[in-house]
Amino acid sequence: MDLQSIAQQTARLSGFVQEISGELTSIENSIRHAAATQGSGADPFVLGLMVFALACFVGYYVVWKVTPALHSPLMAVTNAISSVIIVGALIAAGPSTFGVSSTFGFIAVVLASINIFGGFIVTQRMLSMFSKKK
Amino acid sequence: MTPTISTFLYLIAGICFIMALRGLSSAATARLGNIYGISGMAIAILTTLLTPAVAKYTGIIAALIIGGAIGAYIARKIKMTALPQLVAAFHSLVGLAAVFVAAAALYNPTAFGIGVEKAIFTSSLIEMSLGTIIGAITFSGSVIAFGKLQGLIAGKPLVFPKQHLLNASLGIGLVVLIAFFAWSQHAGWFWLMTVISLVLGVLLILPIGGADMPVVISMLNSYSGWAAAGIGFTLNNHLLLITGALVGASGAILSYIMCKGMNRSIISVILGGFGTDPATATAAAEASDKPVKLSSAEDAAYMMENARNVIIVPGYGMAAAQAQHALREMADILKSKGVKVRYAIHPVAGRMPGHMNVLLAEANVPYDSVLELDEINSDFGSTDVAFVIGANDITNPAAKTNKASPIYGMPILDVENAQTVFFVKRSLASGYAGVDNELFYRDNTMMVLGDAKKVCEELVKALKGGGH
Repeated sequence: MDLQSIAQQTARLSGFVQEISGELTSIENSIRHAAATQGSGADPFVLGLMVFALACFVGYYVVWKVTPALHSPLMAVTNAISSVIIVGALIAAGPSTFGVSSTFGFIAVVLASINIFGGFIVTQRMLSMFSKKK
Repeated sequence: MTPTISTFLYLIAGICFIMALRGLSSAATARLGNIYGISGMAIAILTTLLTPAVAKYTGIIAALIIGGAIGAYIARKIKMTALPQLVAAFHSLVGLAAVFVAAAALYNPTAFGIGVEKAIFTSSLIEMSLGTIIGAITFSGSVIAFGKLQGLIAGKPLVFPKQHLLNASLGIGLVVLIAFFAWSQHAGWFWLMTVISLVLGVLLILPIGGADMPVVISMLNSYSGWAAAGIGFTLNNHLLLITGALVGASGAILSYIMCKGMNRSIISVILGGFGTDPATATAAAEASDKPVKLSSAEDAAYMMENARNVIIVPGYGMAAAQAQHALREMADILKSKGVKVRYAIHPVAGRMPGHMNVLLAEANVPYDSVLELDEINSDFGSTDVAFVIGANDITNPAAKTNKASPIYGMPILDVENAQTVFFVKRSLASGYAGVDNELFYRDNTMMVLGDAKKVCEELVKALKGGGH
């Protein structure tokens, strides 16, 4: 057996090993997923759905209470708080290794922070006008 | 920081956001509300930075400073008349950020705990798809809305045959793509899905006419919330879910209020085609040869200073002419002469919900003399002078009487019931909806033609020179 064929065999073997380790991690993940599901008694998606649905109701009742005169500040402030999506962006930008994912993360952090600062400041500006009473 | 603590802090942030919206229920508590909002956001950001997922800070802080500086600069410089454009632009950023976060989750799923590369949980893939689709539609739709509001794109609805069929097939295509993506986990499907959503966003907003802009902005506000919620499902982050739901609900309610203000169904707004450029709507009305009573600023000044009470009805034309300061000065003089002056605001008076209230507040009009349609409409009957400035369709009695009129059924301000009506207008052209206003030809209506700001300044001069 010459050196070249050994090298080829090794390459193939390492390919197999990678494949298997990939399968293993996916199995491990599904086990973890199952474990997480068992732990809380419900799928995390359903928990999320519960929070989401309740928050929709809270939003509905709170927003109807907003006085029509302040609908513009309402839009500006909801705009600012919807940038809480920055939480996801920070996690993406966080890892110490640099890659595609963290680049996307950085871009998203910049975009969201424009919105956060811009949204809250413009809301503040509007509200300060409403407080000036003669 | 352990997941338990961070989840708890996210809950606090969520409550802060609810309090921020709650504060807006009155002008007195609104600023405290904004402080709640800022605190909630600070808690959310700091909590995330302290989770083990974030290992490196320099880049992140740089990104925060860059974004923050840009945002702060824009927010300080923006004119209040340009507020709708600004909000549209901000919506687009939320949408784009959602797309980037979804993409980041696809390329590095381990960081988000949703599986490993090529073995992401199917549910997460579907949620990721929804996040990016709504985000992309929000982004491109808001860009178009921005263009229309800024005057870069014609306000005229762009309608072409088979439009709705095309949109529907793109929608179905997206569902198929989600299935492909969830099954194969191939990034190509993800990007194709994003591109189609971008196209769909453009196609959805282009056909919507200028008159429906307040609805569009509210709708995009709602979308940006749903996009955040979609990402919240992907990352299984309850703060994003809460916030997304709040924002989504808020935008949906505002869209509903705006639709009701124009007596339009949300479906017909989305299908589009209503409203034109003010410039193109002129021809038909100007051809009309019915007699109108022309009047001057001096006459109006005389009538108003001898009136007991005056209701001012401002419209977007007033804001476009930057007449709000001169108008407030006029109102102040009238008040000093013992005239009761109030403002009546129609829900769609500006170009976004509550826009007119902000413009008047900016000109130092005390907010307790600014009243909504329901509060003031019954008072027109006992009013001496109604002073309509830069508004048109929202006063048109055809909305109540003429079933053939496109604005039939729209709630209007009953200025016709006032003893005398002064209309300040640039010309006898019809309004945004392209409908002739029969009020112009009534016996008790006086037309004052001219630029809103100039007319107000002349009024101020006449009132000052009145020699009382």
